[in-house]
Amino acid sequence: MSHSSSEPLTTADGVPLKVSLRRAVRRSKLKALLLVSPLLAFLVIAFVMPIFDMLWRSVDNPEVSTHLSRTVEALKGWDGESLPEELAFAALVEDLREGQEERNLGLLSSRLNYEKSGMRSAISRTARRAADLEPPFRESLVEAHRAWGELDTWRLIQREARPYTPSYYLAAVDRQVSPEGEIVKVPAHLEIHVALFWRTFWMSAVITGLTLLLGYPIAYLLATLPLRRSNLLMILVLLPFWTSLLVRTTTWIAILQSQGVLNDMMVAIGMIADEARWQMIHNKVGTIVAMTHILLPFMILPLYSVMKTIPPSYMRAARSLGGKPLLSFRRVYFPLTIPGIAAGGILVFILAIGYYITPALVGGQSGRFITNYIAYHMQTSLNWGLAAAIASILLFVVIVFYLIFNRLIGVDKVKLG
Amino acid sequence: MNSSLRSFRKGTLGTAVALVGMSALGLSATAQAETLNIVSWGGAYSMSQHEAYDKPWMEKTGDEIVNIDRSGNALAGLRAQSQAGNVTWDLVDMLPADAMIACDEGLIEPLDHDELLADAPDGTPPSEDFVDGGLDDCFVASIVYSNIVAYNTEMFPEDQQPSTIEDVFDLENYPGKRALLRKPINNLEWALIADGVDRNDVYAMLETEEGIQRAFAKLDTIKDEVIWWEEGAQPPQLLADQEVAFASAYNGRIFNAMVTEDQPFEIIWDAQVFELDGWVVPTGKLDKVKDYLYFATDTQRLADQAKYISYGPARKSSADYVTTHAETGIEMEEHMPTYGPNFETALQKDDLFWADFSDELTQRFDAWLAQ
Repeated sequence: MSHSSSEPLTTADGVPLKVSLRRAVRRSKLKALLLVSPLLAFLVIAFVMPIFDMLWRSVDNPEVSTHLSRTVEALKGWDGESLPEELAFAALVEDLREGQEERNLGLLSSRLNYEKSGMRSAISRTARRAADLEPPFRESLVEAHRAWGELDTWRLIQREARPYTPSYYLAAVDRQVSPEGEIVKVPAHLEIHVALFWRTFWMSAVITGLTLLLGYPIAYLLATLPLRRSNLLMILVLLPFWTSLLVRTTTWIAILQSQGVLNDMMVAIGMIADEARWQMIHNKVGTIVAMTHILLPFMILPLYSVMKTIPPSYMRAARSLGGKPLLSFRRVYFPLTIPGIAAGGILVFILAIGYYITPALVGGQSGRFITNYIAYHMQTSLNWGLAAAIASILLFVVIVFYLIFNRLIGVDKVKLG
Repeated sequence: MNSSLRSFRKGTLGTAVALVGMSALGLSATAQAETLNIVSWGGAYSMSQHEAYDKPWMEKTGDEIVNIDRSGNALAGLRAQSQAGNVTWDLVDMLPADAMIACDEGLIEPLDHDELLADAPDGTPPSEDFVDGGLDDCFVASIVYSNIVAYNTEMFPEDQQPSTIEDVFDLENYPGKRALLRKPINNLEWALIADGVDRNDVYAMLETEEGIQRAFAKLDTIKDEVIWWEEGAQPPQLLADQEVAFASAYNGRIFNAMVTEDQPFEIIWDAQVFELDGWVVPTGKLDKVKDYLYFATDTQRLADQAKYISYGPARKSSADYVTTHAETGIEMEEHMPTYGPNFETALQKDDLFWADFSDELTQRFDAWLAQ
């Protein structure tokens, strides 16, 4: 008896049952992993890696340390109080000569020009003449370009020699490092990003509020109407969802512009004078109207899926217990839809702060988002570091909102369809 | 338009077939007929290049030319392609300011102009035949174009038509909206000139804080009446709809609207800001496009292009070969930015200045707009 209990159970071919079970489990795990691996690889390549690349670019600062390595070496221990020694000037000439030969000074001059306007030509002009410069280099460099006689230039080189820089993040929140090394606000005439961040957030909040206001009754109808009619309604909700974003946006231009359908109608019925047509596009109004329309389905669908699960008997019970319609709605129905409101709200809000085509087309000057500035730095100014920093800040904000949401509502309560 | 669309389609189809064929047979690009990917600005400008350079070249060699309308973001595109290690563009039409940056970054080939380009018909070497600044380390100019302000003649009484840049800033005598480019470039120059600064001192002034403040202060006086445009096609449209009385624009677009669409526009040539535009060769593509570049920048081809668009040829020797507009037959000479009376008060855009200050002034301009 005691002998047989210590004997491990085995399968028909004599392998211990435990081992065999473990093998089977491992095999099925492997199979599952294989099945999801294409998706996983796709996510890593198309999603995770670009995000890390972006985070990396927002602090990466290789230009000065690679292209001016000798100068940086010569500036070690320099106190920054007066112009550096001849040694540093000679090192700079050497660096520029090499850079000019290998034609790789472009990124360096762009990088320094972000910090100090005029550095681009200081470097390119000096580099072209570098081969002919004669010692003493201190004199000949200052003569080649006045920037080399300025203390700030050398402090800048010393400061930006570090492999990582906070300056893109500082620029993204309208701050800069002063020549003295302190973090200060940029001059008022250059402040732009912070105001754009705030505008992006409050306008997205307004858009989210409007989609909720418009979407809630529709979702309620969808959830409570008989199936045949609610299906028709559902198609009406989804139809614009399937139409191209650009078509929907440009349709709003046709409707809202000063010679557009809406203004024409109001003039025709005598509501407004022909000279006093309303400006409803190329400003905040345009952005809010168009984006509310475009994002509406993202509010309706989560609301609908939550409302669908609320048994109609709850409301009937509330009514039969003496609740007036409004009270029953407020105390019974509404609290049950909060997960839907939260899911739709967070979805619309996150999508809204990331939008940039619609604000670019209908936003004019006052309806622009920070995202339009990211696009500008990606495509036009080519300051990818700054674009990455602004985008990273947006990412952090989204994560913070998500965490708050998770804390208050719980992600597991959300159903999207 | 129709025919160019058709040939464009044929072009892409041809390329696709050629690419498939080449990869299937493992042939290299030295196969008889080549495909050249040429990047330019699109619209009427690409059309003029297509008519003047591409058509005769394709007839002569059987090459296929694929036009890509990406010059607006050419520098970003070159950088991205070079970082990805896969440069697909063979020749790029670009502004000299961008070319300077691309050259410094090693994205494009340095060019030996006298070696690579055709002499003028009288034997003048290219280095002497091109206009000032037309040949830079990595850059070959093909046209001189101009930023001007145009107006709709119907919006002013006949005896009071505007004629100078001061008039554009004069709301009292010349009321109405103005459409200006949503960038500091040109606007700051015009503001200073209209404020009485000599055009030779404009860029020196703009390097000082007072100069910039003065320019913005002048722009402040018309800010409420300005509609800001971003696409080159907008100004002629806004003028035609009489949404604005004045619009800054590229002179070729206004010319097209005036001549082929019969719009009642007039160009104020006073204080025109002219600049060059031309070719750069992405690094590693020189052998492939050498022959095309030689052909497309010779005296006759540059003169031919002026039949289709009112941009001046960048070669002095081309002036004698400029004839009439291909469609309407009008003389092109007086519509050129370089024509004597038009050119008297012209200002050359300072590329070095804008290379340095474009980032800062654009940010300042945006902040000013947002105020």
